[in-house]
Amino acid sequence: MSWYLAAPVAIPFVTAVLAFLLRNGPAGRWVSLAGSVALLVASGLLMAQVIEHGVIAGQMSNWEAPFGITLVADTLSAVMVVITAITGLATIVYGMGEIRPRIERLGYHALFHAMIAGVCGAFLTGDVFNLYVWFEVMLIASFGLLVIGGNKAQIDAGIKYVALNLVSTLAFLSGIGMLYGLTGTLNMADLHLAVQEVENQALVTVVAMLFMVGFGVKAAVFPLFFWLPAAYHTPSFSVSAVFAGLLTKVGVYALMRMFTLVFVGDVGFTHEILLWVSAATMLTGVLGAAAQSEFRKILSFHIISQIGYMTLGLALYTPLGLAGGVFYLVHHIIVKANLFLVAGVAQKAAGHNELARIGGLYKAAPFLGLLFIIPAFSLAGFPPLSGFWAKFVVVKASLELEYWFIAFVALLVGLLTIYSMTKIWAAAFWKPHPDGYEPKLSRIPPGDLWPMLLPIVALAVMTMIIGLFPEVFVQLAETAAVQLLDPTHYVETVLGEVAR
Amino acid sequence: MNSIIVTAGARILVALLLVFSVFMLLRGHNLPGGGFIGGLLGATAFIVYAIACGTAEARKALRVSPEGLAMVGLGVALVAGLISALTGDPFFTGQWYWVGGDSYETAAFSINSVLVFDVGVYMVVFGGILSLILMLEEEL
Amino acid sequence: MEIVVSILIGLLFATAVYLMLARNFLRFLFGLILLSNAANLVIFAAGRMTEGAPALIPYGALTPDGEIANALPQALVLTAIVIGFGLFAFALVLAFQAYRSLGTLDSDEMRVAEPREEIAGEARE
Repeated sequence: MSWYLAAPVAIPFVTAVLAFLLRNGPAGRWVSLAGSVALLVASGLLMAQVIEHGVIAGQMSNWEAPFGITLVADTLSAVMVVITAITGLATIVYGMGEIRPRIERLGYHALFHAMIAGVCGAFLTGDVFNLYVWFEVMLIASFGLLVIGGNKAQIDAGIKYVALNLVSTLAFLSGIGMLYGLTGTLNMADLHLAVQEVENQALVTVVAMLFMVGFGVKAAVFPLFFWLPAAYHTPSFSVSAVFAGLLTKVGVYALMRMFTLVFVGDVGFTHEILLWVSAATMLTGVLGAAAQSEFRKILSFHIISQIGYMTLGLALYTPLGLAGGVFYLVHHIIVKANLFLVAGVAQKAAGHNELARIGGLYKAAPFLGLLFIIPAFSLAGFPPLSGFWAKFVVVKASLELEYWFIAFVALLVGLLTIYSMTKIWAAAFWKPHPDGYEPKLSRIPPGDLWPMLLPIVALAVMTMIIGLFPEVFVQLAETAAVQLLDPTHYVETVLGEVAR
Repeated sequence: MNSIIVTAGARILVALLLVFSVFMLLRGHNLPGGGFIGGLLGATAFIVYAIACGTAEARKALRVSPEGLAMVGLGVALVAGLISALTGDPFFTGQWYWVGGDSYETAAFSINSVLVFDVGVYMVVFGGILSLILMLEEEL
Repeated sequence: MEIVVSILIGLLFATAVYLMLARNFLRFLFGLILLSNAANLVIFAAGRMTEGAPALIPYGALTPDGEIANALPQALVLTAIVIGFGLFAFALVLAFQAYRSLGTLDSDEMRVAEPREEIAGEARE
């Protein structure tokens, strides 16, 4: 059992080591591709196990919980691991067309897989300190990916990204220290029980706020998001796609985990804050996007506004709300990664990323226009694409609690999202190219073009499948939400062997 | 640095530090020490050498690239974790084979996965720190 | 003993925040190092302090002899120090690279990735 849990962490690490040793030849990228496929298979097996058993747990090194490190997978974790594997594979395939051998020789694939290992570890761990360690693995690798190649803009962005993420990490670490001081345990399932027995519940809330700030920076919620739009438009498109898809979601996942399992003593206070933070995040993100005029900067601000929907699902703290949040997570990772990938093809075909300096893409490549429209409309929430159902569930959940204002904000933000997407559409696809430069897909060598288009098509198809058959996915999200709201099963699975 | 005292002294120091680092690595499991401390000491040896004779000399004496060494070390540490798959134990469970007995008291020595892991850690720390320091030393 | 350490932690946090408010990235980094030490001390103090009793089990015994120090925070702090060391080494190299390629460490002057509006406007024309 425990090997199903260990595999999604071990496979990327093994791949990273092999890819680093083979980085000077073409073999490195094929090892990297094989590793991504293997991770997808392993995550599929894990998902199957979780569907069969509900929650599965494994004690690493045979140290019993709560003393050792436990890896746990409930539905949320398993879904996140699967989606990580999908995004990883898509980006690696895309990178076959985009990433130049010079970057590969610097260890691109090794860093990439080390980051994936960190992300998977963070999703699977059942121990708070171990979560910190995985965050760091992910962060160090992402620092490397952000500045790899080392042009000026990347280093500039790297400074801001590194600085603010380190601060958040230290807030998180201080929180862990205080939580340990209060309860004497670090195992999340054990914490669920131990936190209830702490006499001074006010102190628990204080610690909860430290965690909220730490994770909030990672998730890029208002007012802690400033590192994100400063950084995400500078690295290569593969890197920014995987950052946009996965990294902030690790923060959202951690929020969801800690604020349903551990910090539930004062929901009226903590989740109320989350609620208003979510509303502010949605609004500032979308307004920030409206003010931008660069392809990837617009998309970066949209990440922020969408994060608000996910945390809103958590803040509502009802089965439907959480299900909406989880559904939103899945939908958003696919769609957002895809949009960044499209941005890459658009830049290569039209020669620039500044919207004022490109145009005419629709005439040159109508197929690319279609590939942009699908995720863009999905992001804005057009039926029958995945984004519609995601927004529908979240808004319905907030209406059920009679949070009229929040529901209004959520709908308004959807409308404003359409505005930004139209802006990109009008500037990049419809209007003629300002310099008389003729954008053509054939500017990209066909050997590079196909690996770049393939993952875009695949992700677009997935968006449509989720949109056309939402029942399966909503059901999965609801299972995840029920497990999150009633962690008895989770706690029993983790600690069961001690009780017996 | 062009000082004959440093160069001459460094040769003795480097040898001593390297031997001591291996000693620290091997005694690690039951006494203070281990792969991390050992790796630090080993890296210190080469840093002393680099200060005395220059980074080019230090890289030549090292023979392999420190980055590669660190990654191989990561692989070795992972292998130590994966060995337990053969016996059906969870990831990273320590595997012990006693030679000449069946426990810590009676056996002459043991072959174990814990030492393999420590060797991996040694290589990661050694390679990681050296690659960083040598790079900084060369750039500044 | 915890009281003294707590005051020290408070001082470290205050100094760190003061340093981190500076525009110079290097000062920010120094603040971050102090902050990291403060966080490590928080973990250490949270595990409660025991005087003069190292967390060692006598040779041949399976359980410790009497009251000993809590070994877990030491392990956690060691891990955190190692990770922190790696992160700061990276951040330092990055600061150095930034100084070389951008020519400044003043965060207000770092405008390559986010050009000021008027500059962006000129670029557009």
